[in-house]
Amino acid sequence: MAKTKVKEKKVKVTWKEIKKQKFLVIGTLFLVAYGILFYYWPLTGWIMAFENYKPKSGILGSKFVGLDKFRFLFGDDVFIKAVRNTFAMGVINIVTTTFMAVLTAVLLNEVKRAWIKKPIQTISYLPHFLSWIVVTGILHDSLSASGIVNDLLLRFGFVNQAINFFAFPKYFWWIVAFAQNWKETGWNAIIYLAAITAIDPALYEAASIDGADRLQKIRYITLPGIKPTFLVLLLMNVGNVLNAGFEVQYLLGNGLVQSVSQTIDIYVLKWGISQNDYSLGTAAGLFKSLVSIALVVIANAFARKYTEERLF
Amino acid sequence: MNVDANHKVREPIRDKIFFVFTVIFLAVFVIITLYPVVNTVALSFNDGIDAVRGGIYLWPRKFSMKNYKTVLDMQNIWVGARITVLRTLIATLTSLFANAILAFIVSRKRFLFKSQLSLFWVITMYVNAGLIPIFLLYKNLGLTGTFHVYWIPGMISAFNMLVMRTYMEGIPDSLEESAQLDGAGYWTVFKDIVSPLCKPVYATVALFIAVWQWNSWFDAMLYNRMKTEYTTLQYELMKLLSSVMQQSGSAENAKNGAATITPITIRAAATVATMLPIIMLYPFLQRYFVTGLTIGSVKE
Repeated sequence: MAKTKVKEKKVKVTWKEIKKQKFLVIGTLFLVAYGILFYYWPLTGWIMAFENYKPKSGILGSKFVGLDKFRFLFGDDVFIKAVRNTFAMGVINIVTTTFMAVLTAVLLNEVKRAWIKKPIQTISYLPHFLSWIVVTGILHDSLSASGIVNDLLLRFGFVNQAINFFAFPKYFWWIVAFAQNWKETGWNAIIYLAAITAIDPALYEAASIDGADRLQKIRYITLPGIKPTFLVLLLMNVGNVLNAGFEVQYLLGNGLVQSVSQTIDIYVLKWGISQNDYSLGTAAGLFKSLVSIALVVIANAFARKYTEERLF
Repeated sequence: MNVDANHKVREPIRDKIFFVFTVIFLAVFVIITLYPVVNTVALSFNDGIDAVRGGIYLWPRKFSMKNYKTVLDMQNIWVGARITVLRTLIATLTSLFANAILAFIVSRKRFLFKSQLSLFWVITMYVNAGLIPIFLLYKNLGLTGTFHVYWIPGMISAFNMLVMRTYMEGIPDSLEESAQLDGAGYWTVFKDIVSPLCKPVYATVALFIAVWQWNSWFDAMLYNRMKTEYTTLQYELMKLLSSVMQQSGSAENAKNGAATITPITIRAAATVATMLPIIMLYPFLQRYFVTGLTIGSVKE
């Protein structure tokens, strides 16, 4: 039954069929209209990046200036720094969160007793559900002069004086990475744990009989077992490298660390919304979108060539 | 457990070291995750002036409810709470429904435009117009400065669609076919056959949407900055935290006795008040998201 179904799967587009699927077709029309309005139509706004857009004259009436806005962008030191910061924090975040998620999942899997494992897991997802406002607020308190971090550093004599962590550019990227890991490690580990559970237990039994110890089993069974999951998530994350920068940086950044905290999104917000230079904001946003798309396509091509995994 | 029994025979020294490492790692992990939250709760119940001395860890030293009183006396907090509850309810219902319909349509094997519709939405995950064009669109549509900006634009998300589609594809076709033989239309199939079976994944997606809505602040800042009647809880918290951060230089004044409450404890109280609903509901919702997430994202 199931097999014959697959063969007759190709249904021809005929009026009769459309009538039969009336509900689905009408639903599709609504959903496509919604998608065009909120996702595809705004893409026409990219034209603004090549104009000196004035809200009064509209997209069609504004003056066309070619690549002027992009020339300004790439001549602007602040923008170049914003691109660098976005990339750097994006890469640091992906590498550290992936590492921590895999490590946590592998170690949690070693805990066989449910009454220990379950509570740890429950605690580990909790921060994922807190807002960035709450997380950065808490982090601010922990890293403040009277916070726990300085308290411990002073107590154990690592420093003589409380460090103002938010005043030095050299700490900023790592504070962001820590915040990201604090919030998402437990959550990200869920998927890896699921992948580990799917590994055939017979493999572990066979390895035990051959005298493998726990580390060897992790190295030769667990890690290869989660490789496909790892690659799919990595692929998805590559396209998101440039998206790794808005809320945390906006909330934790301050005048002293501006040179390392400002990301492309914050740049867009500052120029586009606060300064009302819609064209420049759009140009910076367009640059980000294009680079993101290029990264996804490249990552996917790599995956196609070297592994079995791909996104599309 | 067989494996462990085998180990007892000759437990290698490396296994012991590894075991110790695992225990230490997980213990540190749990402490780092929990401590800041517990500390914030302790601070929120501590007397303001007393807290300036520092040294409050897991329990308040000088118990006081004044911080909460101050926070709850702020007018905007109540406006924000009302709007946040409203947007969370409305957006969760509408968005869940819209995503479920979309997922239902693209998971019908016989549907004529199945792959095209899927692709249409998957593209939106990767191609984003960016902040400014979207801001101008909302402005032109008259969504800025209204409550509707919170629930209309983000109603459909390709990610949620994918999570639900995968789940729905796992439902046997024979159920749908036999219902259709009995004369049921697609709406009936959706309402009476697919949806009841999809309760777990609906719960998961509803949870994702609700948490997202509850935690949103950027849209309130960007689209409704001037409209205090549409402020949200998180945005009010953000304003409170950033004003406190700017004032932290004047904590000295508070120390000198001008005010009985210092910023850090108020901040803690506001933070706790904002995250309380999530923490309270969290244990009950937990079982849903794990299943939903693993079903949805491992296999796309």
